[in-house]
Parts: sequence; structure tokens; C-alpha cells
Amino acid sequence: MVNREAVNCEQVWHEISNYLEDEVDSALRTAMEEHFRACKRCTSVLEGTRNVIRLYGDERMMEVPAGFSRRLEKKLAQSARVSSSRWSTWSAWLVPVAALALIAGGLRLANSLIINQPLKTEHAQPGHDIPPDMLVVVSANAKIFHVAGCEFIHNKDKVRTLTAKEAIREGYVPCLRCMRKYLNTASAAQPVSESEANADMGAEEEDLHSSGR
Amino acid sequence: MAEPSVVLNKPEQAATAREQDLIARVQRGQNELFYELVRPYERRVYAAALAILRNQSDAEDVAQDAMLKAFANIRQFRAESRFSTWLIQITVNEALMRRRRERSVVMEGLDDRREEESDYAPREFADWREIPSEALERKEVRERLAEALASLDRKYREVFVLRDMEQLNIQETAEALGISVASVKTRLLRARLMLRDLLAAGWEQGWFSRLPFEKGTKPW
Repeated sequence: MVNREAVNCEQVWHEISNYLEDEVDSALRTAMEEHFRACKRCTSVLEGTRNVIRLYGDERMMEVPAGFSRRLEKKLAQSARVSSSRWSTWSAWLVPVAALALIAGGLRLANSLIINQPLKTEHAQPGHDIPPDMLVVVSANAKIFHVAGCEFIHNKDKVRTLTAKEAIREGYVPCLRCMRKYLNTASAAQPVSESEANADMGAEEEDLHSSGR
Repeated sequence: MAEPSVVLNKPEQAATAREQDLIARVQRGQNELFYELVRPYERRVYAAALAILRNQSDAEDVAQDAMLKAFANIRQFRAESRFSTWLIQITVNEALMRRRRERSVVMEGLDDRREEESDYAPREFADWREIPSEALERKEVRERLAEALASLDRKYREVFVLRDMEQLNIQETAEALGISVASVKTRLLRARLMLRDLLAAGWEQGWFSRLPFEKGTKPW
């Protein structure tokens, strides 16, 4: 019987991964199954690929270094103690910090006006240490660029990817949260009303103080 | 012929109800339960970080940071995604950020510019049958598998680890790495076939040969 849909070995190899994912249509599946019945080499490839997926998918393939669990547990326990003893919850923690940040930012702003210093904003000095070719994302109606996956992206459905250089040229400013490591000094009050920025300023609060003259 | 579902591991259903309960309690402020919640996934979190960073101490660091980040953001977790997937995605983000920070942009660029090769012809046609999972009890076998995996190029290794070890689906793998679904499929095919070749060669050289099962029966 001649099968119109017959596939050759190269086609089978090309689709074998999709076949195992169950992502081939039924005509192709039938043709491939027919091919496997007749072709020892492709059957061997199929069985071997199955073995690979099954063996690597086993939990035992994921070993952690000695003491890993103990160190992790300790670290988490410390963190849990801190957040439950000082503040009842994470979100409750954000409120006073954001408030402090606003006060600190306001003081710094007042200071700089009094001593007649030029205001430095993120717009004036977008983080110097951000690699210009780094890929970042921006979302619709926001003025901030982020590392892909940053949880402070608003409107996650409408993100666009571009390089940091382009983002800066288009007037976007770095997210203080996910880009923090690239920003060598925190600048003064950032005129962005988004709650994320306030939370970030909380995290940067120390820097604000130390950079104040 | 075995169904594909026999091969591809399904997410564990049993733990779900207990896990949902734990998540709800941690979200309500029972912080001390967080480790209990993530303990089943600590190996996966570490493995994901290691696949990207290839350095044990960096991977441990990132695994810890990712767990802390998950803890800090637990209220943002929504039940429509799997908790394990959410955790792995945080880990991948953390690991990628660290690598971006530490590696030079030039190196990254060169690595990524290499062409995608969709056609990969298997080289080995050794007599493979089902290798029982008990084989993994042997350290030697685990080490050989880990070596083979480590020898893959980064882009193949990452996709393979996220899909076949971490059990993310194709779409989730694509999102976590910021690449297209088509790229995930192409790289996954190549990674699986390359590993198969590497291990089939090992099979012929006999490093599976002392396994406690009968040899010589062909699967066809």
C-alpha cells in the first residue's frame, strides 16, 4: 500500500521533537508512526530521545550542593522574622517606606533649591552604567524602561523591546527597581507619581542621604 | 508504540490542594510557612539558576535571591498560573539579570549572533531501549548525563533545562527566556537530538552496560 503522506527520515528527525510534544497533526502523526514501524534507525532515534526526556526529567538529575537546603531555610527564616516582627506584611511595609521616601525626596528637593543647585533628575542623567545595547522593554503610556520580566511593568500586555540606548533617546528613564544595579548614584526627587517609583525611592533612601551635601 | 503522554511529565496534581492552602496562608502573613511552600521546588530553582549561570556559588546565590523575591511578592501570585512555574520564572529572570550584569555585552552579542540551525541529523543509531529510571541511582550515570548537558551551547541548554527538566511548557519557556516559540521548538529539537547522540555514544562505549537489566533485546 502506498501512503500518499509518507515521510522520509529527514522529515521524521525534523518533527520528532514536536511528535513527542504531541504537536503534530494527525495525518503527520500517522505517517510518522508508519515510518517508525518500517525504519529501525528512526525508531532508535525516537527511543533515545524519549530516554533523554525521561532521564533528564527525573528529580534525581537536580542535585543541590551539600548544605544548600539548610542555608536557604536559614535565609528565609531570617527574612520572615524581619518582616513579621517589624511590619505585619510586605504591603504594610511599603506604606511607611514610601512616605519616608517622599519626605526624604522633598527635603532633598528643598535643599537643592535653597543652595541653588541645578536639579538632577533621572531625565537629566539616565543611569550611566546601563549597557547601551542591553535589551529593555517599555510599555504603553509609561515613561520607564525595564528589564524584561520586571514585576513593576505596567500594562504587561503592551510591551515593546528596544535597546537601552534607544529607550533613553526616546525619553524613557530606567526603572529604579530592576535597573538599580546600573545606576551608580540615586538622583534627587523623581517626579514620577507611580507607586513603584515611591517604593524604589524607599529602597534608595540611604543613597539619597549619603549623596546629599 | 507508547503515547507521548507517557514521556512528557505532567505537572503533579496531588500536591495542589495543600499547596493552595499554604499559598493562601503565607499571603495572609504566615511567613514562617514559606519555606514549607517552596521546599518541594528548591532543587528545580537551583537547577534553573545553574543552567543559566554554570557556576555553583552564583547559582546558589541567585536561588536564594529568587526565593526571597518570591516571598516578598507572594501577594502578587495569582492562582491562574502554576506556583512552580511562577517560581522558576522569577529564578530565570534573576539569573539572566545577573549574567547580563557580569558578562560583557560583546560576549553576549557574539553568542547570540550565531545562526539557528534547524536541521540536525542524528549521528548515532545505537540500540537504545528504555533505560530504567533506576539507572539514575548511580552517581556515574548522573554525572555523565550532567556532563553531556553541560557540553551543549548555552541557547540549547537553557531551553532544554526549562522545558524538559523544569517542565515549563513551550510558551512559558519562550516567555522566560524572551525568545520566540518557534526558537524554543527549534532549539529543543536540537538539544534533545544532540543529547541523544552524546548518550548513545556512551551506550556503545559501555557506560550504561553494567546496568542491572537484560541486554540484547531489540525494541523493534
